[in-house]
Amino acid sequence: MKISIIDYEIGNVKSIKNALKKIGVESILTNDRKTILSSDGLILPGVGAFAHGMNNLQKYGLQEIINDFVNTKKPFMGICLGMQMLMEESEEFGITKGLGLIEGKVIKLPVQKTNYEKSPHVSWNEIVKNKITWKDTILGDIPEQSDMYFVHSFVASPMNEENILSTTEYYDYKFCSAVKKDNIYGCQFHPEKSGKMGLNIIQNFVNLCKERKNV
Amino acid sequence: MKKIRVTARIDVKNEFVIKGIHLEGLRKVGDPNLLAKKYYEEGIDEIIFMDAVAAYYDRNSLSHIIEKACKEVFIPITVGGGLRTIDDINQALKAGADKVAINTKAIQNPEFIAEASKIFGSQCIVASIVAKKINSNQWEAYIDNGREATGLDIVEWAKRLEGLGAGEIMLTSLDMEGTKKGFDTELYEAVQDVVSIPIIASGGMGNIKHAVELLSNYKIDAIATASVIHYNIDTIKNIKQAFIDNNIKVRM
Repeated sequence: MKISIIDYEIGNVKSIKNALKKIGVESILTNDRKTILSSDGLILPGVGAFAHGMNNLQKYGLQEIINDFVNTKKPFMGICLGMQMLMEESEEFGITKGLGLIEGKVIKLPVQKTNYEKSPHVSWNEIVKNKITWKDTILGDIPEQSDMYFVHSFVASPMNEENILSTTEYYDYKFCSAVKKDNIYGCQFHPEKSGKMGLNIIQNFVNLCKERKNV
Repeated sequence: MKKIRVTARIDVKNEFVIKGIHLEGLRKVGDPNLLAKKYYEEGIDEIIFMDAVAAYYDRNSLSHIIEKACKEVFIPITVGGGLRTIDDINQALKAGADKVAINTKAIQNPEFIAEASKIFGSQCIVASIVAKKINSNQWEAYIDNGREATGLDIVEWAKRLEGLGAGEIMLTSLDMEGTKKGFDTELYEAVQDVVSIPIIASGGMGNIKHAVELLSNYKIDAIATASVIHYNIDTIKNIKQAFIDNNIKVRM
């Protein structure tokens, strides 16, 4: 089993590596085309600004590598900014183009700036089902309303409901907290920082990689 | 409604978890990694490691503790104490921390917060404020882990920190810290309406009632526990159950 984590100098990748290690999977931090394409699964981590993330992906020619990996149908997962970059574009600091793997855009979490509605959304919060089943996805055995750890001010807004794997409510605003499109997954929360339930999600991703490998 | 975060504040000096009163008279209470792992398994939401003497010696020495903690603890980790340069923050994040808490350097050079939040994102930068009451409804900021007064007014300073780009404020009451006599509720009342970033209340929690009272009446996002859990006064599970019983939302 070979899982690669994309190295583009963004974000705390150590915790994802540690989380994989905890469930018994060694991973490689890399931006090398061959290494990535020969992996059984690929993770795009990331925190911080959208444009900075996209610039760094381009700097290493990773956009094309990611596209080629996705075309192999092997599981691919974006976490936090890594999920947002799956979308077509973001409105963070002007319009920036994303990877365009899922139709939709990234918008600012629309909170009114009163004292009860704070942004960034830094909190544990519940994920709930939308219109598609969680069976055979990264959320396979996760109980509904499980708490995950969120840290973000922007959210992905997929155009198609069938790409919304879970939603989360921030005060009265319901946003997309996980996406799925074929072999592409994304979560706005940090499974590697969401305790045991988060580790289960990573385990589910690894299981999907194993299944695909054995096909 | 957002969930309140229950954080464990682990102050470290020379490899040991320590606990003092008013951040002084430090007493050893255990091994930082063992405690972090224990609290993680018991359901704590976040761990805050503070190097208690780092500001004094101008360096943070927690890197190896963070590295070790990150292998067993899969919740957010904040590290603070003696972080003075962008490179220091880089080192802490490389070790595995998710956020850094900055006090002394922010007061010496407020632009450091702006620079750091631009590079690492606001979500990564926790402004740590240590407040000592000087008059009714007036508090002064302290640096060097509560050793030195600065003359800065807390309310003004908190507002300024948000403007500079801090993502959260950890507000420690020097008067209540380590006393187990309860939070300085007036302090949080004074600050809650002037900032719109999350506030972590730290200092004074001696029992569950203290936290319930604070969270039921003030707009606080997270509490820091130390004495209560270090000295087994109560458990994380009981704290959270009491919150639920009092309609305070929390992760179970």
